Parts: sequence; structure tokens; C-alpha cells
Amino acid sequence: MLLSHSVYATQALSAMLSEQRRAELRDLLLQDCGSCHGMTLKGGLGPALTPEALKDKPREFIELTIREGRSGTPMPPWKGILSQDEIRWLVDTLYTGIKQ
Amino acid sequence: MKIPVNTLFAIFLLVFLSGCHTLRGTGDMGVVIERATGSVQIIETTQQTKLNQVDGLGDLSHASIVFSRDERFAYVFGRDGGLTKIDLLTAKIDKRIIQSGNSIGGAISQDGKLVAVSNYTPGGVKVFDAETLQLVADIPALYGEDKQQSKVVGLVDAPGQKFVFSLYDAGEIWIADFSQGDAPDVTRFKGIGKQPYDGLITPDGRYYIAGLFGEDGLALLDLWHLEKGVKSILNDYGRGSKKMPVYKMPHLEGWAMTEDYAFLPAVGRNEVLVVDRRSWKQLASIPVHGQPVFVMARPDGRQVWVNFAFPRNDTVQVLDTETLQVAETLKPGKAVLHMEFTPRGEHVWISARDAGKVTVYDTESFKAITTMPMNKPSGIFFTSRAHRTGL
Repeated sequence: MLLSHSVYATQALSAMLSEQRRAELRDLLLQDCGSCHGMTLKGGLGPALTPEALKDKPREFIELTIREGRSGTPMPPWKGILSQDEIRWLVDTLYTGIKQ
Repeated sequence: MKIPVNTLFAIFLLVFLSGCHTLRGTGDMGVVIERATGSVQIIETTQQTKLNQVDGLGDLSHASIVFSRDERFAYVFGRDGGLTKIDLLTAKIDKRIIQSGNSIGGAISQDGKLVAVSNYTPGGVKVFDAETLQLVADIPALYGEDKQQSKVVGLVDAPGQKFVFSLYDAGEIWIADFSQGDAPDVTRFKGIGKQPYDGLITPDGRYYIAGLFGEDGLALLDLWHLEKGVKSILNDYGRGSKKMPVYKMPHLEGWAMTEDYAFLPAVGRNEVLVVDRRSWKQLASIPVHGQPVFVMARPDGRQVWVNFAFPRNDTVQVLDTETLQVAETLKPGKAVLHMEFTPRGEHVWISARDAGKVTVYDTESFKAITTMPMNKPSGIFFTSRAHRTGL
């Protein structure tokens, strides 16, 4: 069975993130991303990041936004803080939703 | 004289009962937000103890508080648009409403009769009766030819029964004057600068200052001379240094003033700007540990305490306002979110969200006096704010 490249790659890479790191990233998502996007990810200074809000946005667009930021807005680049694997895992989590 | 037994018993009962209901004042009380569990801790600063917990306050991430003029009630502004009036003495919710979809802060009017909330969704300001929380006025933040609606930030009260606030998307500052009644007279200043992210009013209620995210500089409005319009100040403060990614917006409060200076956070830089309060010119910048979030002067103005944005947010620095140097560096724990001075400044309370505690420091010796465990503590607010314009 052929898996699409990005899904296969993500599943393989997700396995590389330790349980502790994933817990830290979950925290980062709610508390630090949440600084602007709301602790419930329902939005604030920045737009909502719920599965509903993101369902039509392509993965590449979200990953790029996290990595590079969005110039002219307060969205900063996170590439100095998060690895590519971590960004991919965060995007997975955003699509499926986070339990609070 | 022989006193009858029932009289003796009655006297004993009276003495016993009166001891059970000790009266207390609220002047040394405060509230700490527990941002993830919709709860607050009511505390007192004399013995540094927790008095009570109040639950059921909804989404308290980025919650803030103002106090009634009698220091009896706390008005909690929740992120989800919740507005809750808490009785500090009974530790019960007196009234609670959901007034918007997404809210960022609030203010109480000069006479204490109106509570205003600044909303992101729908963008605008709503004003409520402080006693009943009935809606008194709704001011949508409409701008431009297309009548778009802007997020509102930097809401403060001002003398003359006014509220002043900034429109983030529009780049405007508005004044809502309630001195003539419940329908406000609104004055709009346009083109004040790009993306005002917060505002402060000086403790004397004269100057409103909006910090700008979209450009270097700040917008200054002299409320004694509105005819002069909004002035751009410090618009070259970034020259010569590179702006870093901003992971958390700085916050502006009237605490940032001493008699001679305003201490303001530089956006995207590890600096505190020192500004002359008469000329509004930058005198210096103080290199600090990270990007400042809160820059707060001790009530006597001798020190300024600074906390920082992610990722350098486990640290607090104390600046000496005479030498303009860092006097002390403290580590109150991971994710220092807020600080609050006791009214005369002998102590400061500091919350560390990820360390799950609030630490009380002696501001002379910098020693930690006590720590109190709390659940993801964020904002700390003392009742003395009830008598300060802008807080």
C-alpha cells in the first residue's frame, strides 16, 4: 500500500520525539502559542488554530508560517526554537485537536 | 451581687459568638489568577496567606482585574468574554455575564459606577453598570470606509469620566466621554501609528501612551490638550540594532513611571527604554536579560522590576533608577508571568506559571520571604489598585 509521502514521513518522524518532548510541545502550544492564539486556541491577537479553523489550510502553509513567521504581523518565526520534526508534530496535533 | 445563671450564660454566648465573626478590611487583600482552571485565589499581603479560592470563572488565560471603589469587589475580565464580579469578603461570585466572544482587559470609571471591557470579538468596547452588570453602552470599533471592526487594546479610565483605548487593526486612539450621561461622546484620533498593541495612562491621568508593534515608536496623547493631537515619540529607538522575533507582546501599565522617567519596553529588543517625562525624548536604553514584558516601578520609584518573554522567561531583573543599571537578577521559577507590589512597596509578589507558585520578595534585601503553591498562576492584583487612575 502506498502512503502519501508526507503522512509516512510524519509518522516515522513523530516516533523520534520522546514522550517528554511531546508533553513540552503540547504545553508550548497552549501556553506560548496560546499567548496570542488563546490558551484554548480559539484565537486572540492571532487567529484561531482549532481543527475547524485549520481544516482547509494546507500543511505546507501552516508549517511555513510557524517556521518563518508572517511579516507585517506579530507572528514570529519559530525556526530558531523548534526543529522541523517538532513543527511537523505540532501541525499534526493542530489538525487533530488537543485535549485540554 | 448574685448574677442569675441564665444571665451569665447569655453573656458567655454573646462573647463567644462575637469572636466567631471577626471583621476584616479589604485594603491588604488581592487576587491571583489561576489561568488554566478558571479559578482565582483570594490572598492577603499582611501575613502573606491564601484566604479563599473562587471557581467557575471560565477561560482565565490573559485575565485581568479591576476593583470597586470600596475595595469590596473584584471584576474579573476573562478571555472568553466572561465578566465576573466577585465579593472578596464572602469569596462568592456576586454576578457573572458573558459579554463577548474574546476579550482582553477592562477598566473602571473615575466615579466607580461604570466597568468597561475591551473586546477582540466583536471588536469594540462595552460598558456596564458596576453594580448590576447591566449593559450601559456598546461602542463597536468601526473604522475605514468599509466599516471594518478592529480589535481593541490598551483600555484605561481617565479623569473626567472617560475611557481611552486603541484600535489595533485601525491604528487609532479613541476617547469615550461618559460625563454627560450613558451615551458617550466619542472622539477619534486616526493614523496614530501601526498596530498599537497596548496603552498606558500616566498616574496623574494626563498622558495616554500607545505602544506600536508595526513601527518603532509610541503614540502620545496629552489629554489636557487634545487640540495638539497624537504625537509620535521615540520613533528612532530601534535604529542601529536588529529587531528579534517577538514571542510575547510587551505590556504597558502606568506602573512604568517614576517622577522623572518613563521606563518602557523596547519591542523585539533586549532593552528597557528610559524616557524623559517632560520632553518625551529617549535618554538611555538599559540592556536586559530578554525582551521585556512588564516593566514596573516600585511605588517609591527607586527601582524598576522587569520580567521577560519566552524563551527567557524564568528571570526577573531589578533596575536602579538612579544609576540606570541592573542591580539584581532573580530566578523566581519557570514562566514568570506577572508581578505586583504591595501598596507601599516593601514586598513584590511574583507568579511563575510552570513552577506552579507565587513568591513574595522583600524589595530591599531581594530575599524570598515566602512561596505559595498555585495552579498555573498568572496575573496578581491588589485592592490598592481601586484608587489609582489607569489601574
